[in-house]
Amino acid sequence: MMLGNEAIARGAYEAGVKVSVAYPGTPSTEISEFLVQYKDDLYCEWSPNEKVATEVAIGASVAGVRAMSCMKHVGFNVAADPAYTVSYMGVNGGLVIVVADDPGLYSSQNEQDTRMVARAAKLPVLEPSDSEEARKFMKMAFELSERFDRPFVYRTTTRLAHSQGLVKPEEREEIEDKPYVKDIRKTVMMPGNAKLRHVEIEKRNLELAEAANTLPVNRVEMRDTKVGVITSGIPYQYVREALPDASVLKLGMVNPLPRKLIEDFASKVETLYVVEELDPVIEEQVRSWGIHAVGKEIFTVQGEYSANMIRTAIAGEALDLAAPAQVPVRPPILCPGCPHRSVYYVLNKLKMHAAGDIGCYTLGAVAPLSVVDTTICMGASISSLHGMEKAKGKDYVKNWVAVIGDSTFLHTGVNSLMNMVYNKSAGTVIILDNSTTGMTGHQDHAATGKTLQGDPAYAIHIPTLCRAMGVRHVTEINAFDIEGLEKLIKEETARDELSVIITKTPCVLLSKAKKPLYAVRSEMCRKCGMCMKPGCPAMTRSADGAVHIDDTMCTGCGLCGSLCKFGAIELVKEGER
Amino acid sequence: MAAKNIMIVGVGGQGTLLTSRILGGLAIAGGYDVKMSEVHGMAQRGGSVVTFVRYGENVAEPIVEEGQADVIIAFEKLEALRYAHFLKKDGALIVNDWRIDPMPVVIGAAEYPEHIIEDLREHYKVYTVNATEEAKKLGNPKVFNLVVLGIAAQHMDFTEEQWYGVIERTVPPRTVEINKKAFQAGYHL
Repeated sequence: MMLGNEAIARGAYEAGVKVSVAYPGTPSTEISEFLVQYKDDLYCEWSPNEKVATEVAIGASVAGVRAMSCMKHVGFNVAADPAYTVSYMGVNGGLVIVVADDPGLYSSQNEQDTRMVARAAKLPVLEPSDSEEARKFMKMAFELSERFDRPFVYRTTTRLAHSQGLVKPEEREEIEDKPYVKDIRKTVMMPGNAKLRHVEIEKRNLELAEAANTLPVNRVEMRDTKVGVITSGIPYQYVREALPDASVLKLGMVNPLPRKLIEDFASKVETLYVVEELDPVIEEQVRSWGIHAVGKEIFTVQGEYSANMIRTAIAGEALDLAAPAQVPVRPPILCPGCPHRSVYYVLNKLKMHAAGDIGCYTLGAVAPLSVVDTTICMGASISSLHGMEKAKGKDYVKNWVAVIGDSTFLHTGVNSLMNMVYNKSAGTVIILDNSTTGMTGHQDHAATGKTLQGDPAYAIHIPTLCRAMGVRHVTEINAFDIEGLEKLIKEETARDELSVIITKTPCVLLSKAKKPLYAVRSEMCRKCGMCMKPGCPAMTRSADGAVHIDDTMCTGCGLCGSLCKFGAIELVKEGER
Repeated sequence: MAAKNIMIVGVGGQGTLLTSRILGGLAIAGGYDVKMSEVHGMAQRGGSVVTFVRYGENVAEPIVEEGQADVIIAFEKLEALRYAHFLKKDGALIVNDWRIDPMPVVIGAAEYPEHIIEDLREHYKVYTVNATEEAKKLGNPKVFNLVVLGIAAQHMDFTEEQWYGVIERTVPPRTVEINKKAFQAGYHL
C-alpha cells in the first residue's frame, strides 16, 4: 500500500535515479521525504526554490546520470526559466520534472493546469492514474527521456499524490552513467545554437507523437461502442466507476497526443467524450483535427471531478441525493501556541496592514486577526510592499509591513529585499522565523542547519544575510514578547529607512516535549474577553462570558495569560516550550 | 463483493489519517483491493478534514461520493452533520459526542447548531459515544479515536483479533497497549 507520492519515489528509485532535487510544496512534498530512505543509492536535497532545484537536476543530467526535480504547479512557474530552455537542450542522463497540480485548491493560490505550461515549453508529459501506475510511469518517463532525448514532465494531481493504492515494487535497476561528451551545440543555448536546437526538438516531438500511437503508456479499452471516452489521470478512475460499460482511450502520455490512435478510437464509437479536470487541453487538440468530441460544454474547468458528476453529465442519471446540512464552515486556522498568532495580535492591535506571503501565516488574513491584506506568490510580500511605497510615498506604508516566513524568505524573498535596499525603501519587513517550512509539514531549509538527508549543515544566519545586503536596522525578537514587539514595530515603521524585524520562535509542532498548561481561575475572571482576541482555538467562551481553556489543546504559549490584566489565567502545569 | 465505502471525518489534528491507515491495513490483511484518500497541507491546520477508505474485489476511484458511504466515523459532532449526506440510506453514522467550535463560532460570526445528534437520528442510523471521556478514563484523552473506531468495528465484518493485529502494526510501538485498550473499550461498549 503506497501513497501516490511514495510510489513516485519508489519508481524513481527503481529507475536508477541518482540525483533528486525539490522545494517542498503541497501536494508534491512527500516524494522527497520518501525518496530519502534510499539515500545509500542516490542523492537528494531540498533546494531554496524550484528554479534552483531544476537547474541542479539539469546539471546532473548533463553529467550523465538520471535526475529529477519535484515541485507543485506554482513551483513550475518558478522553474519555468530553466524548463523552457532545457527543452531545447534535451538530455544526457534521463531528466524528469515532477509537477503536482491541485484541482480544487486544497492548499494552493491558483488552479493552473501544468499540461498547458508543458505544452508551451514543448515538453512531453506523462500522467498516472493510481499508485501502481505512478511507480511504473516513473520508470517509463526515464526510458522515454533517454530514448527520445527529451526532458519529461511527470504530472500528478492532489488526488493521485495523496491517495493510497496497492503497489508491486520491483528491484532497482542500476543505470550506467552516460559518458559526458563536450558538445556546445547542444548545451550552450546561445542564439545560433538554440535556433538549430529548436528545429531538432520539433522533429523529436513529432517522432514522439508518432511513437505515442503504439507506446504501451496509452491504452484502448474497447467495450460497448455507444459511448467512448478519452481520459487520463485520476478522472480515468471516475469514468470507470460511473460508466463501467463504456469504451475508454486511456492516455498515459498527455503531450504530445497520439493522433492516429485518437482518430481510430473516435471512428469506432458513436459519441466521443473527453473527460479531463481543469483546462480542455486534450479536447481542443482533438477538435482541431476535425473530430467531434463533447467536453467542457458539459464539464467544468474548475475543481475536481467525481463519478457522480459523470453519471449526471454523460449517463444522464438523475441522482437521488440528500441535501447537505447548512452548517458553519470550519476553515483551517493557526494552531494553538503558534508564534504567528502573537505577531498578528500585535499588528492587529496597532491597526497595521500586512502584505502577506505563502505559508501557514497566510491564515492571518481571516478574523479575528485580519491583518494580511495581500497574498500572491512566494516572495511577493516584500516586493509588493515596495511597489505600494513607490506608488504612494513613504508615509503611505507607515501602517503597512511585509510578513514572510523563513523558508519563503530564502526561496524568493531575498531578491525582493535586495531590491528594497537598492531602491531606497523605507518599508518594514517582518520575517516570521519559525525555524522550519511549516505548512508543508516541517521540512529543513538552508537556515535550519540540517539537510534533507539528515546531515548537519551550515545554517545561514538570516540577520547577517540581511545586514550583508545593506539593511541597517535588523532586530531579532521573541514572537511572544508582545510588549517588546509592539514597541519595536512602532519604532521601525515610523523610521524613514528600511528595517527588518525577525521574530525568532520555533513552530509549536517542532518539539514533542511535554508542553506547559494554562487554566482560567474563574473566581478572578472579569469576563472582559481580552484573552479571546488572538482567536486561540484552545479557548472557548460560554454565553455568560466565562472563558474555558481546553486542556487537550493548550500548548502553554502563555499568550492569553500575558493579555489578562487580572491574573486570572495561570500556569497549572510546568513543561517545555 | 461491491466495494465497501468508509469515511472518517473530523477536525485537523484529531488523527483521521492514523485511523484511515488502520482501516486500510485491515482491508489489505483481508485480501482486498484497497484505495484510500487523505488530506495534507493547509487543510490539516484545524480545518474540516475527511479521509476515504474503499475496499472490495476491485476499487477504481479513491474517494467516496454523496449517497455512497456504508459507514461514516465522525470525531466531532458538527463534522458528522456536515458529511451525513454522504451516507447510504441504510449506512451507519458513528459520532463522537464532542464539540469543537470552528473559528466563525469562536468569534461570534456563526452559531454552533444545537441538537445535532437528535437531528441526525431522524434520518440516519446513529451510534454515539463520548469517546474523549472514555479515553480520559483510560488515562490518555488522545486515544479517543480508537474508542470511536472500536464502535465502528461493531458494524464491520472483521474479527477482534484482526483489528488488534493491524493496530499493533500501525500505531507507534510505545502506544500499542493504550491504543488496543481504547479500541477494546469502544468495541465492547
